[in-house]
Amino acid sequence: MSSTQKSSWKNSPAVWPLAGLLLLVVINLIFSKNFFTISQLDGHYFGTPIDIFKDGSICLVLALGMTLVIATGGIDLSVGSVMAIVGAVAATMLQKGQSLPVVLLTSLGVGFLCGLINGLLVCWARIQPIVATLVLMVAGRGIAQVVSNGQQVQILDKHFVFLGNGFLAGLPFAPIFVTALYGVVWLWLRRSATGLFIEATGDNETASRFAGLATDRVRCLAYIASGLCAAVAGLLGASFISDADPLTAGQNMELDAIFAVVIGGTALSGGRFNLLGSYLGAILLQTLTITMYFVGVASAVAPVPKAVLIIVVCLMQSETTRRWLRGLWKKGAVA
Amino acid sequence: MKTFLRQRLPQITTAGIFLLLFAAASWRYPYFCSTRNVASFFTNNAALGIISVGMTLVIFAGGIDLSVGAVAGFTNIFVTTLVEGHGWSPFPAMALAVGLGALFGTAMGFIIQIFKQPPFLVTLAGMFFARGCAYWISTASIEIKNPTYQQLTNITARLGDTTIHPLPAWILVAVLVGGYILGHHTRFGRNLLAIGGSEQSAMLMGLPVSSTKICSYALCGTLAALGGLVSTFITGSGNSTYGIGLELDAIAVVVIGGTLLTGGRGHLFGTFCGILIIGTIQSAIAFDGSLSSWWTRIITGGLLLAFILLQRLLLRATQKRTA
Repeated sequence: MSSTQKSSWKNSPAVWPLAGLLLLVVINLIFSKNFFTISQLDGHYFGTPIDIFKDGSICLVLALGMTLVIATGGIDLSVGSVMAIVGAVAATMLQKGQSLPVVLLTSLGVGFLCGLINGLLVCWARIQPIVATLVLMVAGRGIAQVVSNGQQVQILDKHFVFLGNGFLAGLPFAPIFVTALYGVVWLWLRRSATGLFIEATGDNETASRFAGLATDRVRCLAYIASGLCAAVAGLLGASFISDADPLTAGQNMELDAIFAVVIGGTALSGGRFNLLGSYLGAILLQTLTITMYFVGVASAVAPVPKAVLIIVVCLMQSETTRRWLRGLWKKGAVA
Repeated sequence: MKTFLRQRLPQITTAGIFLLLFAAASWRYPYFCSTRNVASFFTNNAALGIISVGMTLVIFAGGIDLSVGAVAGFTNIFVTTLVEGHGWSPFPAMALAVGLGALFGTAMGFIIQIFKQPPFLVTLAGMFFARGCAYWISTASIEIKNPTYQQLTNITARLGDTTIHPLPAWILVAVLVGGYILGHHTRFGRNLLAIGGSEQSAMLMGLPVSSTKICSYALCGTLAALGGLVSTFITGSGNSTYGIGLELDAIAVVVIGGTLLTGGRGHLFGTFCGILIIGTIQSAIAFDGSLSSWWTRIITGGLLLAFILLQRLLLRATQKRTA
C-alpha cells in the first residue's frame, strides 16, 4: 500500500515544479535578504511572497485556460492579444461612463467571442490550432488599437481598480480570486465527467468520437474557457496599472502561460492535465522572475534564463534523454 | 496544363490578389503606380522578405520558426555594438553575426530533431533567448557612424527620375532567387517538400530526414540574421527592439503565398507575391493617411484567415476527388 502511494507520489507531474520552487526558495533564503519578510501596513500585508502571488495572478489565470486547451491537444496563441482587446474595451467603456457590471459582462463576452472564434476555426474549419489562433494573435492587437483609437486609456473607476489592487482580509484580492477560480474549475472538471472528456479528446480524438463523445464541442469548450480566462487576465492587467495599453498589454503573456503549463507537467501532446501543476508552474515562473530582480538581472534580460529553463524541462521530459540517462545509470551499475 | 493550374491555384490566387490590390490602389491614389513606390516595396520590406524565404523553407518541411524576429533584432544590435562600441571593422562583425544566426538555428534544429520536441515550443524559447540576449547587449539605440558602414547604407542608384537605396532590394532579390533555386531545383528542396508531405514516407524512402530538417532551421537562422543585418542598412542604426512581431508577419507572408502550413506543398513564387501584397497594403495605408498604421495588422490577419480557409477548401476538394 505504502509503496503504491509512494510511486503515485513520484509519478505526479506536480513534483517537478514543486521541486523547482523549493530550489528557488532555498536559493533566495541563502542569497537574498528580506525575501521572506512580510510587513503589515494599514491592516494590509506586503512582502515579496505576496507580490509573487499578486503579480503572478495574470499568468495563473492564463495558465488555467491554456491547460484545458493543451489537454485537448491544442494550443492558444491568442491569449495575449485577447488581453489587449479586453483591456481596451473595458477602459474605453469605463471612460464613456458605462456602469461597472455592464463593463465586466461585456468584457467577458468579448473573451467568450474570441474563444468561440478560435474554437470554430479549429473544430469546424479543421485548421491546426497554432495557425487558427495565430490569426487572432496577429489581428487582435490591431483590433485593440482600433477600439482605443491607438491611445492608452486611463481608468479612474475605483471599483474597477479594486480588482487588481484591492485587499480582502489583508491579502490582495487578485490572487485570492484566481485561486478560487482554480478551485471552481477543478471541482467542475474532476467532479463531473468534463475533465475526463477533455483528456479523452486530447488522448485520441478518433477513438473518443467513436465512443460517442462530441469531441468538437469539447474542444470548442476548451477554447472558449481559454478566451474567458484571457478576458479575466486582461481585466486584471488593466486594473493593476489603472490603464489599458493596446500595444504592450499581455505582450509575450501567451508564452509565459504555455511555459507555466508545460513546466507543470501537462504534456503538449495532450491527453492529460494537471491544474495543480499549472498553478505551481505559474508561481515558479513568477518566483524565478522576482529572484532575478533580486539578483540584479535587468528585467529585459529575464527571458534568457526563462528560455533556458523551459528547454531544460523539455529535454528532461523527452524520451531520448531518459533513455540516455537510463543507459548511463545501467553502465554505472555494471561497472 | 490543367494539373499545373490545379497544383498552383494558391499561388495564382495570390498573384491575382496582388494585381487586384495594386490596380485598386493605383486607381485610388495618384502616383501609387510609380517606379519609386514599387522600388520601395522591395527596399522597405527587404528584411521581412529575406526572413520569409527562410521561413518558407522551414514550413516546406512541416516545421515552424518563431525565433526569426528575435534573431534579427539580436543581429541588428550585435553588429552595431561591435562596430560602434568595440571598433570592429564592419565585415568581420557581419560575418560573425550571420555565423551566430546559423549556429543558433542549427542548435534549435538539433533539439527539435534529435530530442523530438515540438518546433513551435523550441523556437518560442529561442525567441525569448535571442530577444533577452539582444537586450543584454544594449537597450539603447545606436547610431552607425562607421564610414565604411555608412558607405554601404548610402549606396544609391538612379531609377528613372528618382534616387533609391538599392542595396537591401538587391540582397532581397538575390535571396529570393537563391531560395527559389534551392527550394525547387535541388535535391535538398525536394527532400524538404517530401518530408513535409510525410516524414515517415520520406524516412522509409531513405531520405536524410534529420540532416535536412536541421539544415532547414540552420538556413532559417542564417537568413534571419541576414535580415537583421539588412535592417541596419535601412535604418542606419542598431536597435534591440527591432523585429518584434516580425515572425508573425513572415508566417503571414508565407501562408498568404499559398504554402501549406502543414508542409509538403508550396512555392517560393507565392512567398514573393506575399511580400508584394504586404508591401501594397502598407503603401496604400501610408498613401491614404486617414487610416492608422494598425490597420495593416488587421488586414494582414484577415488575409491570413482567408487564405487558410481557402487552403482547407482546396484540400477538402482534392480529398473528395481522390476518395
